[in-house]
Amino acid sequence: MNKLLMHPATKPVVFLLCLLPFARLAYGAFTDGLGANPAEFLIRATGDWTLRFLCIVLAVTPLRVITKLNALARFRRMLGLFAYFYVVLHLLCYSWFDQGFEWGEIAKDIAKRPFILVGFSAFVLLTPLAATSFNRAIKAMGAKRWQLLHRLVYVIAGLGLLHFFWMRAGKNNFAEVFVYAAIIGVLLAWRVWNFARKRQAQPAVAARSSEKPVRTG
Amino acid sequence: MSLPSRPRRSNGAGFVHPLSSEITPRAAYEGRRDLLKLMAGGAAGAALATFAGREAFAQATGPHKLALLPGAKSAVPGAQTMEKLTDYKDASSYNNYYEFGVDKGDPVKNAGTLKTRPWTVEVEGLVKKPGKYGIEDLLKLSAQEERIYRLRCVEGWSMVIPWVGYSLAELIKKVEPQGNAKFVEFVTLADPKTMPFVGSRVLDWPYTEGLRMDEAMHPLTLLAFGMYGEVLPNQNGAPVRLVVPWKYGFKSAKSIVKIRFVEKEPSTAWNKAAAQEYGFYSNVNPAVDHPRWSQATERRIGDGGGLFAKRRKTEMFNGYEAQVGQLYAGMDLKKNF
Repeated sequence: MNKLLMHPATKPVVFLLCLLPFARLAYGAFTDGLGANPAEFLIRATGDWTLRFLCIVLAVTPLRVITKLNALARFRRMLGLFAYFYVVLHLLCYSWFDQGFEWGEIAKDIAKRPFILVGFSAFVLLTPLAATSFNRAIKAMGAKRWQLLHRLVYVIAGLGLLHFFWMRAGKNNFAEVFVYAAIIGVLLAWRVWNFARKRQAQPAVAARSSEKPVRTG
Repeated sequence: MSLPSRPRRSNGAGFVHPLSSEITPRAAYEGRRDLLKLMAGGAAGAALATFAGREAFAQATGPHKLALLPGAKSAVPGAQTMEKLTDYKDASSYNNYYEFGVDKGDPVKNAGTLKTRPWTVEVEGLVKKPGKYGIEDLLKLSAQEERIYRLRCVEGWSMVIPWVGYSLAELIKKVEPQGNAKFVEFVTLADPKTMPFVGSRVLDWPYTEGLRMDEAMHPLTLLAFGMYGEVLPNQNGAPVRLVVPWKYGFKSAKSIVKIRFVEKEPSTAWNKAAAQEYGFYSNVNPAVDHPRWSQATERRIGDGGGLFAKRRKTEMFNGYEAQVGQLYAGMDLKKNF
């Protein structure tokens, strides 16, 4: 399985798979196939796909550790960038179809409506992650700081979820929100559990290493 | 046929609408469609032409095979907006009817199970003539009229729909409310056997709505049995619903089974679910935003330009201010939203 995932063709295949939702939406938009309110459909569908890609990218590490399929890590950056691709489309659809690119109105809307503000914050926070997704950025920043920055994705996923929850709040229509919350919750809980497990395994190592300076000192 | 290059507008009945001459009558556009079909058929041969003609004939008797319910042109002021009608397809497939699902596409998929015959509407409470009315009697209670109303949803989209029915006032006069009846409450069907989402906790079923007596008596308040010249499709609230054109769409109770005359303001389904978002009055008001979005503009479904059509400005009382404004004179509409 690892070998298969390492095959040079897998990346282009995954790339095309990630583009499928976009292709479907584009096709629908041009063939009048998005229902009575195509603008609403596009805004919601791009939002859905952003959340889905956030879930997928958060699932990579747990899956890699659990299945020991280390090759999965090859796809993480691409999946993260697709989350950004769909959030940019989401914002673009909102700015265009809902607000007609009236920047003053958009700014007012962001300031006035908490759920828009939360969604917009998630987009803003995701931007530096997308911008530092190339290898040289890791070198320039140093791996530690780069990793710290990219842990922002946990906050971003939470904000995205809150944005979705708030959008649905007035109509008590939470079934889908709960599905995403459960998935993101499990993926984040796994990290907490994994972190605690590692720490439990480490004290012995840490204690020994901290003994050394005492002896030499 | 020539259209004026710049649409002139009349100012009849207190609001601006295009002249009726700008509107293509249904017969004309259907005729045009038939002509196109015949032309297409003619080009392909006589056999095809007959086939196309036959299809066109079937369409003329009703595009969706529901029973016809024609209505005479209404003389009620404001009852005939001259804006472009929303396509029947959109009006009957993009619906909020939560008993059949929370997605707009759900009702058309799921409402086939709704049984609209036999159907009775109970009239009870503070009236001199309470009783059960069979749908057949209700249909005949007054002359059916066609009313072309704008419909503005609280979610920010709108349509223009030709309804068929008569003023609710006709029914109210027949049942003779008592002097202390100040409000009318509408209770709609909540049948878990035929309505898959009645088990969900989205709303406190059955769906209820209410109007103040003067709102209920207003001639624009329509007891509707049909749309587009046919009986209502299930997803649009068959067999009988309310249409209150100056209020957000959710004020218009669908598939009504009970009309109750009461002294105190009745609680309403959406108000119970989220009081800060959905008030009792729910008048269309561009100056009072929904807590989570602006109500200043709306998207007209099927507007020319499709996806790229600009949103239009929402009018006070959905453009029916001249007809209904006096009902709210002296009220603080920010408080009574």
